[in-house]
Amino acid sequence: MQQAPNYREISTGNPRYRILLAVLLTLVLAGLAAAHHMDTEGHRITGMTNQIVWGLPHVFAIFLIVAASGALNVASLSSVFGKRAYQPLARFSALLAIALLIGGLAILMLDLGRPDRLIVAMTHYNFKSIFAWNIFLYIGFMVVVAVYLWLMMERRMQPYSKHAGMLAMIWRLVLTTGTGSIFGFLVAREAYDTAILAPMFVILSFATGLAVLVLLLMLCFRLDGREIDAALIGRLGRLLGIFTAAVFYFVLVFHLTKLYGTQNHGFERFILLDGGIYSWLFWCVQIGIGNLLPLLLVYGRRWQGSGKALATASAAVVAGGFAQLYVIIIGGQAFPLDIFPGYIVESSFHDGMIATYIPSLWELLLGLGGLTAAMLCALLVVRVLPILPDTLRTDAN
Amino acid sequence: MATDGANHDATRRGFLKGAAALAGTLVAPGVFLYQTGRASSSLQAGVRWGMLIDNNALDEADVDACVDACQRENGWHAEPGSETDAQWIRKVSLEDRTTGKRSFLPLMCLHCENPPCVDVCPTGASFKRADGIVLVNKHTCIGCRYCMMACPYKARSFIHQSLSNQLPWAPRGKGTVESCTLCVQRIDRDGADAVPACAEAVNRDGRKAILFGDLNDPESEISRRLRELGGTRLRADMGLDPGVRFQGL
Repeated sequence: MQQAPNYREISTGNPRYRILLAVLLTLVLAGLAAAHHMDTEGHRITGMTNQIVWGLPHVFAIFLIVAASGALNVASLSSVFGKRAYQPLARFSALLAIALLIGGLAILMLDLGRPDRLIVAMTHYNFKSIFAWNIFLYIGFMVVVAVYLWLMMERRMQPYSKHAGMLAMIWRLVLTTGTGSIFGFLVAREAYDTAILAPMFVILSFATGLAVLVLLLMLCFRLDGREIDAALIGRLGRLLGIFTAAVFYFVLVFHLTKLYGTQNHGFERFILLDGGIYSWLFWCVQIGIGNLLPLLLVYGRRWQGSGKALATASAAVVAGGFAQLYVIIIGGQAFPLDIFPGYIVESSFHDGMIATYIPSLWELLLGLGGLTAAMLCALLVVRVLPILPDTLRTDAN
Repeated sequence: MATDGANHDATRRGFLKGAAALAGTLVAPGVFLYQTGRASSSLQAGVRWGMLIDNNALDEADVDACVDACQRENGWHAEPGSETDAQWIRKVSLEDRTTGKRSFLPLMCLHCENPPCVDVCPTGASFKRADGIVLVNKHTCIGCRYCMMACPYKARSFIHQSLSNQLPWAPRGKGTVESCTLCVQRIDRDGADAVPACAEAVNRDGRKAILFGDLNDPESEISRRLRELGGTRLRADMGLDPGVRFQGL
């Protein structure tokens, strides 16, 4: 029989906590300053162009939004699927889902050409646009998960948390389907225009969300001198391994399907062989570091139950997921549109050419600002609310 | 008592008169403007404006003339080689992969019947007028650039910096997206007699290398020419039915 976990705020006794908060706050402020500079000067100070219209900020933003949805895995496993081993982490899982989404949305909003027109985006809707739907899905997700978190934390309301958990799980599946469909619905570009992108984003969210949760959980526990036992580490590792293998499967099916059609050979050759940075990111970071390394670490006998191995595997999944989104978002735009099949095309607007993209410091700062805002948000809340359990020990169940 | 009642009635009559006058003053201009707007609207029922570009009749200098005319008419300029400057129309050089035949054509927004830019725009800022012209509402564009991702013709540009010396009939703004308007200011001013600047620049000496007209009118010159000689829809496989068609591709 497992004891009910005892939740406690993390203490501020450790000076490293305060140093970390100061570093995160500095990066958030730097991100805001970068956004202000981009707004004042226009996007000409970024690496984005009329060829690469979505750049590094979008990679950060979509990574965070996808990870937000996946961060809820652990809570869903506990509330919906009755896996009691994960119950002590359910609150933290829900908190991270909200925090990561806030970070991602902040980047998307601040990268708009007219961020001052946020009110327009909130009052004018074109319901044929998946973007418009996503505005509702993102805001609704935050509300649903916030209520779910409250139901879990309020002892009298706990019986209802299972229902809220079910709603939150369905909501996040729809949300990530919507995020993948931002690209899947783009029929004009060879890199997109496929239904598989939606489920691929869902499974990518499972892997990256869990990896981010593991890393931040270990960080918080380390800061507060709490322990995670080897059984739970092994359990989390195996779960991460399943999700990582599933991501690899979806990537394999995506590229095999594209490779089968002759019209996509140019695009596939670009991503897999000739794409320079994109091919390198695909093979080395996405597949090598992001898929194979974590599988080795979590299933290798040598590292069973090792916290360091799980942390390394999680960091590798994060790096791989980020690279995967970079290849999808930026590599997909770098490959030229085939407006005139059968012709060699040139123009002053760079038709027929592989587009170049070098992200600027401002974009990097904006992206990091969103990432650190999410972390700051999570670290502050675990300080003031009883989100994290005293200790993480699981009995075999 | 009776005097009091009479005063009361007078006050009430006065109030009602005043209220009626005020209501009339407030409503009348709106009614007038609404009627004027309807009367002067150039959005003729059933019209769909389009262009037919004869690739065989255009040489490189003609296409350059199209681009120059558009820049003058709409007040934009692109530095050579710039990857961020807006281009409402561009010169595309084509070389047939099998025959090696070279040609040049102007490429701009093709004003699709089913425009993907309108479908994906979250705020509805990308819209298609009743007469088929696809435009961007400069007041509600938030600069998300999703329309640029969705356009199969790379017809749209994002404004990457502050602008000055804009023309009153072609408003542009940093942080928003823009594209060819089919010289909507001319169409709204001249109706069926309008000719977009690019067409005007190359249709000299009786030659009609770029035909502008109503695609829905079977008797219009553009419809007759399309019936006789046909016209290519770029990326016809996508079913977007562009209003700008090409001959000689």
